[in-house]
Amino acid sequence: MEVDLTLLLFIFALASFIGFELISKVPPTLHTPLMSGANAISGITIVGALIVAGSLGNPLGKWIGFAAIVLATINVVGGFMVTDRMLEMFKKKEDEK
Amino acid sequence: MSVFLPEIILYWLPDTIQLFYLVATAFFIRGVKLLNSPSTARKGNQFAAIGMMIGILVTLFDQNIVEFELIIGGIIVGGFIGLLLAKKVQMTSMPELVAVFNGFGGAASALVAWGELARNPEILSFDTTGLVSIGLSVFIGALTFTGSFIAFGKLSGFISGNAITFPGLNMINIGAMIATLGLIGYFAFDPTNSTLFWIILGISLLVGVTSVIPIGGADMPVVISLLNSYSGIAAAMAGFVLQNNLLIVSGALVGAAGLILTNIMCKAMNRSLGNVIFGSFGAATGGLGGNRGGDKTVHETSAEDLAIQVAYASKVVIVPGYGLAVAQAQHIVKEVATKLESRGVQVKYGIHPVAGRMPGHMNVLLAEADVPYDLLKDMDEINPEFTTTDVVLIIGANDVVNPLAKTDPAGPIYGMPILDVDDAKRTVVFKRSLSFGYAGVDNPLFYAEKNQMFFGDAKKSLQALNEALNEV
Repeated sequence: MEVDLTLLLFIFALASFIGFELISKVPPTLHTPLMSGANAISGITIVGALIVAGSLGNPLGKWIGFAAIVLATINVVGGFMVTDRMLEMFKKKEDEK
Repeated sequence: MSVFLPEIILYWLPDTIQLFYLVATAFFIRGVKLLNSPSTARKGNQFAAIGMMIGILVTLFDQNIVEFELIIGGIIVGGFIGLLLAKKVQMTSMPELVAVFNGFGGAASALVAWGELARNPEILSFDTTGLVSIGLSVFIGALTFTGSFIAFGKLSGFISGNAITFPGLNMINIGAMIATLGLIGYFAFDPTNSTLFWIILGISLLVGVTSVIPIGGADMPVVISLLNSYSGIAAAMAGFVLQNNLLIVSGALVGAAGLILTNIMCKAMNRSLGNVIFGSFGAATGGLGGNRGGDKTVHETSAEDLAIQVAYASKVVIVPGYGLAVAQAQHIVKEVATKLESRGVQVKYGIHPVAGRMPGHMNVLLAEADVPYDLLKDMDEINPEFTTTDVVLIIGANDVVNPLAKTDPAGPIYGMPILDVDDAKRTVVFKRSLSFGYAGVDNPLFYAEKNQMFFGDAKKSLQALNEALNEV
């Protein structure tokens, strides 16, 4: 178990470094879409919600998982779609030039 | 869904799922990378969405998942609500929507941890790592949830935008956070004590409220960005609970990304993150608005007068700010600009990094009003151009054009990068009154010899200017 934890912490730390490097290069123009896009990715917790709601166990836990699915899906679907709506406007202008 | 698979595949299934998680992660990283440039940003967002799709689909094959009623129901309900919100929202309300989505994300992570705890009939089957992760996930997720909704309330005006605080509140908040961490440690040793869990959840929800409420409305974008980072960390913590690599990696990515973005925003305002969170900016200055020395005079202008000035200028730069976003005047700005362009006036937009209600928000609003993308100039691009500019129209912006940022080392905004509008031949400030900007300092630009004030609501003033231009 302890070995697993070190490995997970390793992954966590490396992913954080990638996040730092990726974001530092984004121009100010795109900060709002970026914030909303990153927010949509944080909806990844839906994967956890699926496991909790779909596995066997105490009904209370599964219903809590259901609530988590609803909220996470709103975050994911809404987040990606609204980001796309913003970026679509940006793009259209460039095409018209 | 694993029941549909032949046995030979079942043997490899756990490893296959992990490999697909790796693919999903690659899509996320590539997607964020593509969000770097306006020309590829849309593709980047789609890449991230594909990554999410892969993650969700592959998880459905997890052998632990055996019942699908709640999953299908939840996705339909959540998907419908998300779709509706994304389609209906006004572009000006984007900061509010991001706050709401973020709150939901945080709540979902807290619920995942809580649900995993409640689902298992044998609480003692969790090891210390699992229990600490559950505690942290609930703590950060719940705090993100209430904090985001307070931020939403402040942005939409349900809650006073002023900093609501009292001496010692910061200390109480810090104390409560440390106490919660201590309780989480205690919970890991005594997981059967359900009262302990409720106390952790309760304090976390409360701390979200009390730590955001003392922060002024104009700082909400920074707060949301920080909470966005938190919701990523909460997802990663839920990943530790379930020992799920995809959650850990994606959560960490968003956590780091949100932190960097928050830092960029603070830098643009020349403030430290600590100052934003604990400084209660705007609390002391709230009552001072409009108070100023009476010895200084300003030059006022009218719609008709201004129409003549801009109509016969050769180059006009528009500097939009928070006030323009609040007045929803982006469409009328575009109309004025179009009229000027048809007269042969060169029109550009100078956009400060923190203009609007969140960074980059002004670009989105102007893009929505069909302003061509290449006319929107960043601060570094537009600053050298002011010397050749005839008229600068400053609409709803204040601190970002305040020369005190350069001249007054004792002032709160000293060192903040500003737009050098005073290099232009004339500046015109569209503003309701001479009240201070949210930094709480007077703006010498208003009293400058070559500056004129156009008092009134930004939208109404622009409409008047637009009509006056017909008469010129």
